[in-house]
Amino acid sequence: MSMGTVWALLGAALSALLAGAGSAIGVGKAGQAAAGVVTEDPSLFSKVLILQLLPGTQGIYGLLIAFITLTNIGIMGGSADMSLHKGLLYFAACLPMAVVGLISAICQANAAVSAIGLVAKKPDQFGKAMIFPAMVETYAILALLVSILSIFGVSALA
Amino acid sequence: MSEKQYTYAVARIRAKELSLLNDAFLEQLIAAKSVSEDMALLSEKGWKGRENADKQDPLDLLSYEEEKTYDTVLSMVDDPHAFDVFLLKKDFHNLKAAVKETYAGKAFADIYVEGGTIEPEQIKEAAKSGDFSTLPDSMKEAGKKALDTLLHYHDGQLCDIIIDRACLDEIKKASDKNKNDLIKRYGELTVALADIKTAVRGAKARKDIAFFKEALAECDTLDVTRLGEAASLGTDDIYDYLENTKYKDAVEALRKSFFAFEKWCNDALMDSIRPEKAHPFTIGPLAAYILARESEISSVRMILTGKENDLPDQMIRERISRTYV
Repeated sequence: MSMGTVWALLGAALSALLAGAGSAIGVGKAGQAAAGVVTEDPSLFSKVLILQLLPGTQGIYGLLIAFITLTNIGIMGGSADMSLHKGLLYFAACLPMAVVGLISAICQANAAVSAIGLVAKKPDQFGKAMIFPAMVETYAILALLVSILSIFGVSALA
Repeated sequence: MSEKQYTYAVARIRAKELSLLNDAFLEQLIAAKSVSEDMALLSEKGWKGRENADKQDPLDLLSYEEEKTYDTVLSMVDDPHAFDVFLLKKDFHNLKAAVKETYAGKAFADIYVEGGTIEPEQIKEAAKSGDFSTLPDSMKEAGKKALDTLLHYHDGQLCDIIIDRACLDEIKKASDKNKNDLIKRYGELTVALADIKTAVRGAKARKDIAFFKEALAECDTLDVTRLGEAASLGTDDIYDYLENTKYKDAVEALRKSFFAFEKWCNDALMDSIRPEKAHPFTIGPLAAYILARESEISSVRMILTGKENDLPDQMIRERISRTYV
């Protein structure tokens, strides 16, 4: 296996790892807040559950990038040989999702915790409460798009 | 080091804040015709009192609500001493009671308050034996000094000053040591407002500067030397000094009446804890909840006492502070 493949694999691994870790931290943090609210008012379970799950999407995006990268570099079938140059390009393509995935999941969790507090006090404001953490999702989606476009761009190179 | 996070506890407190009494409900209590009508309204709001109580005693109901608040909040934090700073006043009140009881040589009924950090019985025993070594350092020194002073000069006011000053110093020290901003603010505000109260009362009683040096506790937002000097000259000098501090709004209330100033102090405390509504992780909202509950319990106590003594509604209303919610 060439060094190029090692770098590309590292990019895929980081993408799944960092974004997944961010989501795990985020869902865990929002889960604590959700449990606090449900302790006092079990009827709010479904509303706070949706807010708790919001920081979980980054983990899915990270997995998607890792999967596309693995498919493109031939690790999941075909030839896995590539130049160091191309391997580094794959690595760079995975970085947006890896880094932004980690940071945005944690930031989104902070917003979700605040939104859970809002729902606890004003359950009828659930719609508005959901928008605040959802805004953070924008940046995770932008990173996902850049990573996807970059991976397909790199794979089209000779 | 960063502050510890209380995500679960804060979210739970947010849900509990819904049951805090609001201004409209307090107005309903004031408008009620009797104490029993108020008790019925409170019961509807979940203030049902102890389960095994045959007949609901208003004072017992209030102390039960206070106990419940601390039990609930302390069950959510791992440090049982996290809110000791709020309980110091009770400990020092009990110390004052114990010293005076020892001086008088007889027991008085209902002078001790429950719910402090130290059992009243322990403080009582320490004062009775004259050995304060079983108490924390600040109480040990203040207790001994107050008892000696009382036995020597037979001056109850001097005894009060020694213990009150020690209490304020301890509150300031404990709050400064705390990492949370709200608890720091609470300590500073408590000491500063107590200093202003002492200065005004002392000025009205024409106390000299030596009195103020002994009675006023150090704090960051007031120059207690200048406040003491101003107080030794008269109330107008205190007001002139306060006009140049962050407590300038208190002057109008002080000029009106002492009750108006008491209300202003409670409102200032509620205003200082209100920013905690926007903090989702720190211990601040838990501390704010305790202070909000204490404030509403004190408002209910005032309403019930007013009703029992047939005070006009307007007079009760003027003494009720703003609520947290």
